Amino acid sequence: MRKPILITMAASLSVLVVACATAQDKSAAASSASAIEQGKKIAFDRKKGNCLACHQIAGGTLPGDIGPPLVAMKARYPDKAKLRAQIWDARKKNPHTIMPPFGPHHILSEKEIDLVTDFIYSL
Amino acid sequence: MKAKLIAIAAAAMVGMTMAVPAALASPEDDLKAFREYFKKRFPNVPFEDFANGVYAIDPAAREQWEAIEEFPPYEINIEKGKELFHKPFKNGKTMASCFPGYKKGIKQNYPYFDTKSGKVKTLELEINECREKNGEKPLPWGKGPIADISAYLTYLSRGHKTDVKIPNKAAEAEYEKGKHFFYAKRGQLNLACADCHVYYAGHHIRADLLSPALGHTTHFPVYRSKWGGLGTLHRRYAGCNKQVRAKPFPKQGEEYRALEYFHTYMSNGLPINGPGARK
Ligand code: HEC
Ligand code: HEC
Repeated sequence: MRKPILITMAASLSVLVVACATAQDKSAAASSASAIEQGKKIAFDRKKGNCLACHQIAGGTLPGDIGPPLVAMKARYPDKAKLRAQIWDARKKNPHTIMPPFGPHHILSEKEIDLVTDFIYSL
Repeated sequence: MKAKLIAIAAAAMVGMTMAVPAALASPEDDLKAFREYFKKRFPNVPFEDFANGVYAIDPAAREQWEAIEEFPPYEINIEKGKELFHKPFKNGKTMASCFPGYKKGIKQNYPYFDTKSGKVKTLELEINECREKNGEKPLPWGKGPIADISAYLTYLSRGHKTDVKIPNKAAEAEYEKGKHFFYAKRGQLNLACADCHVYYAGHHIRADLLSPALGHTTHFPVYRSKWGGLGTLHRRYAGCNKQVRAKPFPKQGEEYRALEYFHTYMSNGLPINGPGARK
């Protein structure tokens, strides 16, 4: 029962996204692709997100296996703001988490977390 | 900048109080729970095998490691340590005068709580105390001659079971400090020793397999290919602190000695098998 609903949601969502993208001008669409690319760089950089230390992520090599693989994120986080909140401070959901508090400890800036969120959301 | 640091410290405190298991458990209770945890987590690893660190849980890497141990890279360090240990000071005495029982093996009883000074004494601390008492300059902690001497004395202690004692309340207070350190979230990345070496032991952090804390102390000092030489336990502590972007504490300072006291007590019953060789 749950799955078909998610699929329809995801499908309608992507229709929406496509609709938005076509509605916007070309430069906006290009910057969103570059946001994903920039986010990926930050996520993979050992001195920045270093998310691969703990998560398997498509396109990354030698990932750790401390956290869950980051796949199908739109299905798991239909609300992008919730995904951002998880990356900002994982302690909100799990006070004992091993995942570093990227926002509160200034490991990443607000802007960098936006970009990483864009990237993770695209997975 | 200041506000930021305070926020981080506050966060660390919260993490700390939550992560430390039931306050005021006795050291014996802690030890039992610690062993039980790892026994459940790695049911196929015999107790004594935890002395082999990460190789107890990584059969592939173990083969390579066993090959390395056939021609141990630390052999020359044991030789150097032996020479230094028996070389007379200017006053004619040798280090043997400070460590009368060294031939039989002494490492299994370190660190210990010295009731007179109220201090936790590690083997390295006493090596330098011995030098100073005899009018010699102390050696730098961490690597070099002090690690060599420690390696020699540890080698002579091989096979003895770790037997750290907590004789009284004052000693227990030091133990508690070390325990607190071990479970406290630390550094910009907000990670505790226990996060990596208890809760996620056996998982990969990037390509590295995380070793169980049980057995960590039996094989130090350790020759690391990454270091290109031998290093002491406190050198490793500093390395693991830096990894989480925390400022390391001074080697042989109060904090690391308390940590070593707790950390080694948790390996009671495991055989001394140092010096060791690691990646
Ligand atoms: C030191 C380990 C570690 C690092 C580094 C880390 N994470 Fe995590 N992450 C975890 C763990 C463990 C979980 C599982 C939930 C928990 O325990 O808090 C998790 C959960 C998540 C989740 C939720 C997944 C779900 O299915 O709900 C997301 C999203 C996430 N991490 C993203 C990231 C991103 C993006 C980065 C890098 C910027 C990152 N993580 C870095 C350990 C880590
Ligand atoms: C971010 C994860 C992480 C944290 C936090 C961490 N370590 Fe480590 N530690 C490692 C890795 C990775 C290694 C190398 C592989 C191994 O042996 O576990 C290591 C190795 C060690 C070793 C050497 C083990 C051996 O057999 O040679 C000791 C001892 C150690 N750590 C103690 C500590 C202590 C004490 C703390 C807290 C002050 C700590 N670690 C915090 C990741 C961590």
